[in-house]
Amino acid sequence: MAKLINLKINGKPVSVPEGTLIVNAAKMVNIDIPVFCYHPKMEPVGMCRQCLVEIGRPMIDRASGQPVLDENGQPKLQFGPKLETSCTTPVSEGMFVITDSEKAQGGQKEILELLLTSHPLDCPVCDKGGECPLQNLTMAYGPKDSRFIFDEKQKADKHVPLGDLIFLDRERCIQCARCIRFQDDIAGEPVLGFYQRGRRTDIVTYSEPGFDSVFSGNTTDICPVGALTTADFRFGARPWELKQAASVCSQCPVGCNVTFDVRREAKAGGGYVVKRAMPRQNEQVNEIWMCDKGRFAGYQYTEAESRLLLDAGALESTLSLAAAKLAEAKSDAVFLAGGRLSNEDFYNLKQFADNLGAKAYLYTQHGGGEFTTAYGLSAGSNLGDLGTGDTVLVVASDLYNEAPLWHLRLKAAAQRGATLIVANARATKLDEYSSFVIRYSYGDEIETVKGLLGKEKIGEAIKNANNLVIFYGADGLGLAGTSALASACAELVTERAGKPNNGLIGVWSTPNQQGALEMGFAPSANLAAELKDKTVYILAADPAGDDPALAEALKSAKTVIVQDILETETTKLAEACPEGRGIVLPAAAYTEREGTYTSGERRVQRFYPAVPARPGTKADFALVAEIAKKCGFELEGRSPLLVMNQIAASQAAFSGVSYAKLAEVTAQWPIIGRSDLFYGGTGYENRQGLGVTLETRPGTVDGLRSAVNALRPKEDELFAVPITKLYDNGTTIVPAKLLAAHIDRFNGIVLNPATALKFGLENGSQATVSLNGVLYPAKVLLDESISTGVVLIPRSFAIPIKEPVAVKLAALVKAQEA
Amino acid sequence: MIVELARGMWTTLRALFFEKKVTVQYPEEKKPVTARFRGRHVLNRYENGLEKCIGCSLCAAACPSDAIFVESSENTDEKRFSPGERYASTYEINMLRCIYCGFCEDACPTEAITLGDNYELSFTDRRDAIYTKEMLIVPVPQGGEPTPQVTEPGVYTRSVPEMKDPVD
Repeated sequence: MAKLINLKINGKPVSVPEGTLIVNAAKMVNIDIPVFCYHPKMEPVGMCRQCLVEIGRPMIDRASGQPVLDENGQPKLQFGPKLETSCTTPVSEGMFVITDSEKAQGGQKEILELLLTSHPLDCPVCDKGGECPLQNLTMAYGPKDSRFIFDEKQKADKHVPLGDLIFLDRERCIQCARCIRFQDDIAGEPVLGFYQRGRRTDIVTYSEPGFDSVFSGNTTDICPVGALTTADFRFGARPWELKQAASVCSQCPVGCNVTFDVRREAKAGGGYVVKRAMPRQNEQVNEIWMCDKGRFAGYQYTEAESRLLLDAGALESTLSLAAAKLAEAKSDAVFLAGGRLSNEDFYNLKQFADNLGAKAYLYTQHGGGEFTTAYGLSAGSNLGDLGTGDTVLVVASDLYNEAPLWHLRLKAAAQRGATLIVANARATKLDEYSSFVIRYSYGDEIETVKGLLGKEKIGEAIKNANNLVIFYGADGLGLAGTSALASACAELVTERAGKPNNGLIGVWSTPNQQGALEMGFAPSANLAAELKDKTVYILAADPAGDDPALAEALKSAKTVIVQDILETETTKLAEACPEGRGIVLPAAAYTEREGTYTSGERRVQRFYPAVPARPGTKADFALVAEIAKKCGFELEGRSPLLVMNQIAASQAAFSGVSYAKLAEVTAQWPIIGRSDLFYGGTGYENRQGLGVTLETRPGTVDGLRSAVNALRPKEDELFAVPITKLYDNGTTIVPAKLLAAHIDRFNGIVLNPATALKFGLENGSQATVSLNGVLYPAKVLLDESISTGVVLIPRSFAIPIKEPVAVKLAALVKAQEA
Repeated sequence: MIVELARGMWTTLRALFFEKKVTVQYPEEKKPVTARFRGRHVLNRYENGLEKCIGCSLCAAACPSDAIFVESSENTDEKRFSPGERYASTYEINMLRCIYCGFCEDACPTEAITLGDNYELSFTDRRDAIYTKEMLIVPVPQGGEPTPQVTEPGVYTRSVPEMKDPVD
């Protein structure tokens, strides 16, 4: 515990830890000091001068070193001749700060007058208008009139696209550099900077393409004026017209807390639509940030044109048909559930499968889940607590692409002093912040992890760590590989099981795979064989789109029942089936219903309905309950709250979890999202619940997986491995039209330049990949950091790769050239 | 009593034959309204035909009876409705809700919405009471062009015109 310093602000006594800045000390006792450039998440720079205050310090007698006392026996205060910036000045013992004297307010007023000299005052059309710190502070502290000459206002460009997602209005910018500092210090992607000087100072982007960062949306939240706006919300609505709905992002297993802003729209026939996604503070998960994927693809798919809808009558008869098929199949039924379902959906589905005697599988290519339920993070864990003395190991995962917020959190942990070890076959963005980088060849993942303890420094960092967290991904691995990798990683944390901030985290590709695992779901090792001649009930998954082998297997299935929110290859396959053999059920999107997700950190979090459910759709758990009822089993289908009560009563890990508990909040620092938008930005305060981390159940896994046999490609073959890109052709990402160009950038196979040369290929040229006897055309992208003889194939792009395989590569000869 | 009766009859006769008549034969005959009369709203245009409304929704925010609904979109030089970057793509006023207080007029930063002199509002269906942008906007003035217009880049960059303080 740091030493406490006593001081007075506006006469109010305050005790804060040593090193606290005056502006933060004031915040703790609800005294607002206006700021523009200062942000509680970033180092102070004192650029805008808005936070000027009067500071008095006790006068010290030079001879004795003792405070000089006045006639009342109180220490005599010495005030500086000028005002000081409270955002750069740490507190000191006996300090006396005045924020509301005439002198201090005069200073604040003059700074505002200066900032407004060239401000366009186009608040009526500005997207920030209504939640603008400059607007609010001008009303609270600003002058009535300006002494500057109106005609001398500087005019600048009002429409400058920094990238295709973020737009800059140069006139509105007040040069606080919050966006630049966010990119430099927090995101670690320094793509913005100042250009020119004085009144001509401009924000420019250095990167090509512009503003090349996956955290770019956050700059619009912390921009204290309307200079930075997002492409999706530009002129979309005024902030005061929006209603807020708390939710959890469904794009990756981090489970960022978000708020959906909704309003009624004539464009939507007078119905509610989501207008934007904003971060909601949860210091234990996403702090006050979110990635661009969550912001620009987080909800768009729920409003896509390809939504599945049925009218109420048809839904009822379709449910009856599905129930009849399942009741007939009984133990010949196979359930296949994707990780986008909520905990409640998984629970109902599992109950139904158990009652029916059917097999229920989780649809994923990322195995080893049983180890994360046994040795995952437990209650009291917070990646934000990791620092000196702690070790984080990231194996076979490109966190920047797979779970950007974890990348951000681990970067911060490393900068706080944690030992970060990154083991991967290729360079990832996290390497830059790591203490140790381990490069292995694809196929050697498990051996590498087993050999870690044998290495001198790394072994010590792992063995002697106060806390040890291991992230394992599926970079270059399939189901068997990840299962074996999880087993090897689990060995390192076995002894630490149940201890907070220690454990194994799977970097899943779906938001709630962890929840499915906690309910006892597991993937099938040979899915295609399992589906033959069975009645298959598929929920929130697209096996036919992912893998032609599975599509073939589904065609030979007895009946295919698909329950999803969007049209996919699998729903199309079901619809194309002969009468009665293919059934499609429309489910409600997660923005239209209540539920909970379990994040990769095993934190159960609630999401709330943002918009009403589309007519003819129902939440997955309710659909499952209705089908079960028609088959003669009573399941809870009325409310997810009641399902959660059943889960808490029956699942050991969930004991004590209830919707009321999930909605509990505790005080968080920094205080953001209240009336003082100038302090923390426009992210929302968390009033809807921080979630609960599940207890671990050590000892539930016995026996470790044997390592998979490494693949040895032949002379003329390449070793093809699957990788994950942030923006891909996932069912939930493609409907986000703004990201189309970003998705396209990654659409291609990645080769080492030397390998490419061997095949006569260069960056951007077309090639064909021969996989399982089928030729797939693909664009070639080059990357020097990968080894020769390897080809990286991103998942979900046209080439169906699910595990490392040997492929043949050839340059594509265009017809006209031949 | 005769005297009182005669006095009363005289008042009637005087009004009938000797005084100026005040009865207006509405609807055949209509009286002009006063200068500050608050009737049905109109959405104004600039002389070149561009719409003054920039879709800022301040009228909707000021409206005490929640009668106004605005949805805005982005202008481009190829398809320009109003100066600046923003225009109202949907503008609706529910005349049954409106209390004709004129707050919308006060709130408007571009003098786009003004309360006109039309007071003849009657409806046979509640839905007819919702006036859309097409019904509210004034015709394109002489010499102007209808919106959307194709304009030169860099000319109409500002949404809010530089206006003097109003003088009465």
